[in-house]
Amino acid sequence: MNGLFANENGRFAPRLSLRLRFGRVFQFLSLAAVTLGLIMLSVLLIDIILDGYKWLRPEFFTEFPSRFPEKSGLRSALQGSLWMISLTALMAFPVGVGAAIYLEEYASDNWFTRLIEINIANLAGVPSIIYGLLGLGLFVRGLELGRSVLAGSMTMALLVLPIIIVSGREAIRAVPQSVRHASLALGATQWQTIQNHVLPYAMPGILTGTILAMSRAIGETAPLITIGALTYIRFDLKGPLDLFTVLPIQIFNWVSLPKAEFQQLAAAGIIVLLAVLLSLNALAIVLRNKLQIRW
Amino acid sequence: MLEQHEIALSVKNLNVYYGGFHALDNISLEIPARQITAIIGPSGCGKSTFLRCFNRMNDLVPTARVEGTALFYGQNIYDPKINPVEVRRHIGMVFQKPNPFPKSIYENVAYGARINGYKGDMDELVERSLRAAALWDEVKDNLKKSALALSGGQQQRLCIARAIAVEPQVILMDEPASALDPIATLKIEELMQELKKFYTIVIVTHNMQQAARVSDYTAMMMLSKEGSRAGTVIEFGPTSQIFTKPKDKRTEDYVTGRFG
Ligand SMILES: Nc1ncnc2c1ncn2[C@@H]1O[C@H](COP(=O)(O)OP(=O)(O)O)[C@@H](O)[C@H]1O
Ligand SMILES: [Mg+2]
Repeated sequence: MNGLFANENGRFAPRLSLRLRFGRVFQFLSLAAVTLGLIMLSVLLIDIILDGYKWLRPEFFTEFPSRFPEKSGLRSALQGSLWMISLTALMAFPVGVGAAIYLEEYASDNWFTRLIEINIANLAGVPSIIYGLLGLGLFVRGLELGRSVLAGSMTMALLVLPIIIVSGREAIRAVPQSVRHASLALGATQWQTIQNHVLPYAMPGILTGTILAMSRAIGETAPLITIGALTYIRFDLKGPLDLFTVLPIQIFNWVSLPKAEFQQLAAAGIIVLLAVLLSLNALAIVLRNKLQIRW
Repeated sequence: MLEQHEIALSVKNLNVYYGGFHALDNISLEIPARQITAIIGPSGCGKSTFLRCFNRMNDLVPTARVEGTALFYGQNIYDPKINPVEVRRHIGMVFQKPNPFPKSIYENVAYGARINGYKGDMDELVERSLRAAALWDEVKDNLKKSALALSGGQQQRLCIARAIAVEPQVILMDEPASALDPIATLKIEELMQELKKFYTIVIVTHNMQQAARVSDYTAMMMLSKEGSRAGTVIEFGPTSQIFTKPKDKRTEDYVTGRFG
């Protein structure tokens, strides 16, 4: 091929138009990949919304589940999910942040620390049903907490702990060493440096990680089914030792019933669950963008 | 030569190791009070390591080991009874890169005083410290503004104000102007002349003109011998003497730019 420029001397074969065509092909293929994902997601969403939207009326949020679809609602599932998330956060946040501080600020680099790190990384990859079995043996039976929301929350806390620890460590590591030195050089103790500087500056990142962990916990079903939370709850949740159900379990219940109305109720439940999850993720993004310190 | 000055800091047979690596080789030196002492030398010869010995910042490096004595007005700061936290409150430090806290200007200055239990009027202390660091006029209307919004030179003067606010006797500075433009550098140098009336200043600099301009005494550091990686002070004396009549051939080569 002849180039436009005078010094194209025949010792190169640039094949420019072929190379450009290759580029366009791959551009098209990646666009197709994106569109395919988006289309599948939209079809799913539209299908669910069409199925469920007409059930999204006030009674859906205030009624207990019932044999009659028109009298069925998410009351106990919403209460259960709220209780479970609160208890889980209450337990997993301090322990997770404490572990992250220890590993980043105090632990010296020895075999023991590395053993802990490897274990945490592995725990993050353990299938959630295994946590359910652990919770069943340890909390439901061992501590005799029964199939209570407390036992469920403790199981869930174990499940999200590795996520909180890992994201907490990342946030703490993002605080520059120079700030620690500035504080120590003024005569601050190590704990004052952590309390007044490292933790506050890392907090937006820690909270982002915690919220994402909570949205994981809200959607989890398998471990709760394992500990026996697959129940039909027609009373208000009043204390941590009460039986409970949560959003995904209630959805699962409805899906397994034959009547078409219950399928639509399940779709309405999915809309609520998705809305909760999307709000949590949006909150995490806002936190990260608004509060994160740009060093 | 130091007879006319009180001695603020004095090190004897100081050796520093990073793990198996010998970083500082047997340094003995006396630093006069309320004077500016410059530490010069090629990079990697241990200037920062030496400076960090005075406020026990080397304690933060897990592999670092310090041997020998370092006296602060006669008190050995490496005495096992002494906690490094106490040392650092009396011997302040300004770092190479400005490192303000991501808080307000006011909070930056007040922090050290607060944690050390300052009992006086905090507003007054903040103003006094910012004035002493020649920053007051530029920030007095924006004390609530984030310190990160200041220019590099202003940030470094804020760090100086922050160090001053805990009323130390000594201020250690590790190449405090190396990240600044010439005008900001000049401001810091003028400021040092004011500060030396009240504080003992030890400044590390790789800029020989700066050492000649600002300091009263100069310590010349080099790798101690051919083939070794350990640094030591090869010559110490009044700055004018180091720059005009050095005793050591290596000092002469270095200050006249014929080094290496
Ligand atoms: N934290 C550390 N761990 C191991 N070696 C270090 C550490 N800090 C400095 N050193 C080594 O000590 C020597 C002196 O470094 P430094 O004091 O930073 O020199 P300078 O400030 O004169 O450039 C260098 O060889 C450097 O690699
Ligand atoms: Mg240095």
